[in-house]
Amino acid sequence: MSTGENLDWQGGTSPAAEGELRPRRVSSAFLEVRDLRIHFPTDDGLVKAVDGLSFSLERGKTLGIVGESGSGKSVTSLGIMGLHRGPANVSGEVWLDGEELIGSPKDHVRRLRGQKMSMIFQDPLSSMHPQYKIGAQIVEAYRIHNDVSKAVAHRRAIELLDRVGIPEPASRVNDYPHQFSGGMRQRAMIAMALCCDPQLLIADEPTTALDVTVQAQILDLIRDLQKEFGSAVIVITHDLGVVAELADDILVMYAGRAVEHAPSEVIFRAPEHPYTWGLLSSVPRMDRERQERLVPITGSPPSLISVPSGCAFHPRCPYCDLTGGKSLTEVPELRPTSTGHEVACHLTQERRRQIWTAEVSPRL
Amino acid sequence: MYLLRRLLGAIVLLLLVTLAVFAIFFLVPRAAGLSAEDLASRYVGRTANEQQVHDMAVKLGLTDPFFVQYWTFLKGLVVGADYSTGPTTVHCPAPCLGYSFLTQNPVLPDLLDRAPVTLSLALGAAVIWLVAGVATGVISALRRGSAVDRTSMAVALAGVSLPIFFTGLLALSIFSYSLHLFPPGGSYTPFTQNPAEWAYDLILPWITLAFLYAAAYARLTRAGMLETLNEDYVRTARAKGLPERTVITKHALRSTLTPILTIFGLDLGLLIGGAVLTETTFSLPGLGAYLYQGIISNDLPKVLGGTLLAALFVVVANLIVDLLYAVVDPRVRV
Repeated sequence: MSTGENLDWQGGTSPAAEGELRPRRVSSAFLEVRDLRIHFPTDDGLVKAVDGLSFSLERGKTLGIVGESGSGKSVTSLGIMGLHRGPANVSGEVWLDGEELIGSPKDHVRRLRGQKMSMIFQDPLSSMHPQYKIGAQIVEAYRIHNDVSKAVAHRRAIELLDRVGIPEPASRVNDYPHQFSGGMRQRAMIAMALCCDPQLLIADEPTTALDVTVQAQILDLIRDLQKEFGSAVIVITHDLGVVAELADDILVMYAGRAVEHAPSEVIFRAPEHPYTWGLLSSVPRMDRERQERLVPITGSPPSLISVPSGCAFHPRCPYCDLTGGKSLTEVPELRPTSTGHEVACHLTQERRRQIWTAEVSPRL
Repeated sequence: MYLLRRLLGAIVLLLLVTLAVFAIFFLVPRAAGLSAEDLASRYVGRTANEQQVHDMAVKLGLTDPFFVQYWTFLKGLVVGADYSTGPTTVHCPAPCLGYSFLTQNPVLPDLLDRAPVTLSLALGAAVIWLVAGVATGVISALRRGSAVDRTSMAVALAGVSLPIFFTGLLALSIFSYSLHLFPPGGSYTPFTQNPAEWAYDLILPWITLAFLYAAAYARLTRAGMLETLNEDYVRTARAKGLPERTVITKHALRSTLTPILTIFGLDLGLLIGGAVLTETTFSLPGLGAYLYQGIISNDLPKVLGGTLLAALFVVVANLIVDLLYAVVDPRVRV
């Protein structure tokens, strides 16, 4: 629930949550998000960017969060990090390694950032300060959390640049971001994020701004580093292709809520939510003949100020009529299915399977 | 190579400035139908006869054609000039800016005498407005929409709208003539003589002048900060776990100040060449007051000398800013 308190632009967390008499169970998972809600009051109304999201993630595992622009996936990741901007009403719980973050003091969460949890962003050029050397930016990140001399941190920066595959790291460490290519910049961003061996790495659209040839290299790098460090990774993307190889689990978001959550392999083999079907239909397939056009999802994502009643996806859903009007009035809960899979849809599971095998799957 | 090109450009620019001032003083009166004698009559006694006026016109070179007069001026700048004052000849050494038509004093020593006054005024005010303006802008941006923000922006609007001769006179009448907290207009003590007195005498002019600029800088800084705070790299700085203070000062402010540096350099260069309004309001014997006197008394050498020096400061300031910019923003370096 929303505390209704306006927080300042620094993106703090709600201290009011501590005073509430809510039974709180300490999470045993490495990362657990429970009923996370991030609402932004604006002049036009309340923007419900994230509206009741729950998931968990263990060390060494990768979660892919997939959705269109405006589905709340980026705000979710910023919310976990405590980096969301503007006056926001935040509620719910974020447990990281047995510690709840939403109710923690801002300064405590700040100390965890860059150390226990870190993040890489979509556009590596705009995400690095143009007026500081790459090395200086990594050194800065390292020295906030480690009491070492500049010389030691500098050596660490070179070592990290070398690890992420930047040639001649000892000289490139003194370059400015604009002297790096796009892929190299993202490698340097990754080096910066990894400098304190974070246990949680969030990659927000890490390859969207990069050339296709570089994308695969960056994804390989993230995967290798995860194996090496054993950290938990969240990859946020609108591109199912990106998470196909990388993610253990996939969470599909729509209008600030999870609509489907399943192991990656299940999402691709037997997806059950009509929105996931739509996403899959809009991914180009190289192994098929180019006889049919891609099938886009009709319509556009809803405004997060006035989310459609009932199932938020209903205005765009081709199977909405099959629920007897329930989709228009009742918000579907995320419910487990017999296949170890969570889906938020009013269609019966039987019906969904039937539609998938008979209609959707053959088209892909 | 770059520096050489810039210096050459600066010299051409200064030549153009003198040419323009010369043209205004030569062509405008003649376009209005005045002869060389009419002009010369301003510089002789009231009872002078026609012959005396004509002699004065010849002596000041007013009878020469435009380019001859201009050439004489340029020659004086480069090799110096000789002026006959009846029985003796006075030599004016190399950068010769000529002699005042009215007082017969050489212009350059006069200017050099006055330069410290203007320099004191400009530098002191610059420190105040830079600190006050940037600090106000940053605080306003961080507390956007708050009472602090609204109040300081209202004051800033007043600051940029109110002319110096108004705020200056107001300050004088309140703090100097009514409350007797500060010395009256016209007080100036050289720094070398007594630094404490120097600062005390200049406080009112400093604050008056700085108020105008601080207002503009506060608005610039606020707008720049608001934009920079939304930059991705500021988010990255937070994501690293930097304390908010470091995020603001080291990351956001650094980028915000880069364009402000350019404007600051030009403003300062322009002011060092003469703060005409402030100097006349507070009766400070600086370059601006000198230029002002030259203009109202039609004293061409004074105006030319003052303008040339002012233009020189602006050009030099511009050059320094451009060179500094490359240091501050690595993307400008090639």
